[in-house]
Amino acid sequence: MILLELFWGFLRVGCFSFGGGYAAIALIREVVLSHGWLSEEMLSYIIAVSESTPGPIMVNLATYVGSTQAGVLGALVATFAVVLPAFCIILALMAVLRRFVSNLWVRTAMTGLKACVTGLILAAGLEMLIANLALDASPDLTAILLTLLLGGIYYGFQPLFKRKLSPIALIALSAVLGAVAYGI
Amino acid sequence: MKRNTELLQLFSVFFRIGLFTFGGGYAMISVVEDACVDRRHWITHEEMDDLVVVAESTPGPIAINCATYVGARCAGMLGAIIATLGMILPSFLVIFAVSRFLDRFLEIRLIANAFRGVKLAVGILILDAGRRLLRRIPKKPLPLGIFAVSLAAALLINYLSLRFSSIVLLLAAAGVSLLFRAIRKGGGQS
Repeated sequence: MILLELFWGFLRVGCFSFGGGYAAIALIREVVLSHGWLSEEMLSYIIAVSESTPGPIMVNLATYVGSTQAGVLGALVATFAVVLPAFCIILALMAVLRRFVSNLWVRTAMTGLKACVTGLILAAGLEMLIANLALDASPDLTAILLTLLLGGIYYGFQPLFKRKLSPIALIALSAVLGAVAYGI
Repeated sequence: MKRNTELLQLFSVFFRIGLFTFGGGYAMISVVEDACVDRRHWITHEEMDDLVVVAESTPGPIAINCATYVGARCAGMLGAIIATLGMILPSFLVIFAVSRFLDRFLEIRLIANAFRGVKLAVGILILDAGRRLLRRIPKKPLPLGIFAVSLAAALLINYLSLRFSSIVLLLAAAGVSLLFRAIRKGGGQS
């Protein structure tokens, strides 16, 4: 039963995760939170782990949730489900790749989908931020200060050093800052 | 015999790509291009360009799209399966191992505190991903309207704790775009 739920849940993610990578997180978040597969907190942790380990974030999350919910079999089923749509779609479009890309109706639908995905991911980001800072209850002052500091470093890095701070570097830095700030 | 070496090579190339591309997505495209176009001529530059656009316009991880396409072009259905498996296997093994010990790992106070910091970085990265997507939306009334409505609807759904799938929003957004295009096209012709 849980295997079927995992398959169906991650098949939906695989079918509707337009935009790749982080854009898929809004939908993954919806699926894993609604099933109670991960807490908001654990989801953030796994996203960080995915960013710091090889492979697509979507696949990593499917493997993790599958494994913690139903062991090896769960991991296999969830990973298979999240990959299946992309696999089938590419096989189906092989012969018409170029015509598909330049088709007016496909491009029109994509414009709408991308605009919608952008709204969804910003909403997910805002909700995660509110949860992180506990703004809905009693605000976590340490978290607010750390977020401002990390955000300042992330966006201040490029103008100062002429190159972007990589997401992995930001995560590593945040781990150190977290250990220090919450440890004392 | 030749076919077997071909499949083995597909597997090993995509296994290595899967092993060394952290975070997935766009960083991986240049690695695939180097391995499959420049070094091995499995596909052409034009195919690669088309493939990237298709990968962006279809659901699922871009890495999977690339592996499936290159595998299928080289060795048909079996090639597609082998290349995709090679791509997934490294991350599957790593994350499976992580899933076995992460809970116990988090019981260590130092680690738990570090992860409380990491959580904040993830929030920033997600908002930043949204900001970058927002910059790429065409600055026209319809896409901007769809963006604003989607954002508001998603926040409202969460705030009211409604059970409503964002898949419905996605389909509606595509439908509205198509509808407006059809109306404009119809109007232009008459």
